[in-house]
Amino acid sequence: MANTNTSSSTKDLPNGSGMAAILAAGIGCAVLGLFSFLGDAFKGIGQFFIFYRPTGPLSGVTISTIVIWLAAWYVLAKRWDGRNVVVERVSLIAFGLLAVGLLFTFPPFMDLLQGK
Amino acid sequence: MEISMRDLLTVMHGMGFGALFMLAFSGAIGELYGAWSATPQATPDPRSQTMLRVYLAGMVALAWLTVVSGAYIVYPWYRAIPPAGLADLSGYPQKFLMSSPHTIGWHSLGMEWKEHVAWIAPIAMTMVAYVYWKYGRGVNKHRGMRRAVLIFTAAAFIATGVAGAFGAFLNKYAPVRGGETIQLIKGE
Repeated sequence: MANTNTSSSTKDLPNGSGMAAILAAGIGCAVLGLFSFLGDAFKGIGQFFIFYRPTGPLSGVTISTIVIWLAAWYVLAKRWDGRNVVVERVSLIAFGLLAVGLLFTFPPFMDLLQGK
Repeated sequence: MEISMRDLLTVMHGMGFGALFMLAFSGAIGELYGAWSATPQATPDPRSQTMLRVYLAGMVALAWLTVVSGAYIVYPWYRAIPPAGLADLSGYPQKFLMSSPHTIGWHSLGMEWKEHVAWIAPIAMTMVAYVYWKYGRGVNKHRGMRRAVLIFTAAAFIATGVAGAFGAFLNKYAPVRGGETIQLIKGE
């Protein structure tokens, strides 16, 4: 996905670190949606996500999401910092991941997948 | 004039942090669109760039304060389990809503949606603030990146709208009450 673009001006900031942040945000949204769904659909996973009992499974879903989002951001930023990446392709993946996040946090969609 | 501790903290979560964050969107969207619609050759005004950076950082702080206070302070009161056989469920909002087919939707759709989708906003806005902090108006040279950031900003706005609207309705039908009473003004 990453390629060096020699045609860009040396004065311009390469897009790598910005696109890393965007893709990581997409990953964070998708993980949030998937974890929300898994915690809701499977009792065992819901129990696993109880990191803080008063908040219930939401605590594990949100803490795990933040950890994965930040880890993904760190890894992508390390790989893409100072480089140019193909913006269209990365953006498209990020939008797809954002859509997953929005869809899987929508209760009627979760219920549909669970056959409720 | 009195208010319970839980009421006060719920108001801080919803109105103090959440509503302020929601209000800030109009300014952020307008400023980002305006700043990034300028031609790449336009000379950036360093002062307005700094102002927008600070504004976005403030939004990020408000977004995180809203979701963390909601999930870890207010939500445990909302989902508290009543003692067995208790007839009056008014102090247990989730169970109160679930006790009637006329109100269960406020929980099964409203709270279930709100508690999860709200977290998209701080994740997205942290990214937006980072990109603006790093690139400023230089994003004009990366049109695709600019478009992606604006789409994530719009998604954060929608997520906040859903969470805020359901939060207001939920607090109307099943308010979180209780805790220590705080006297704000002494009566005559």
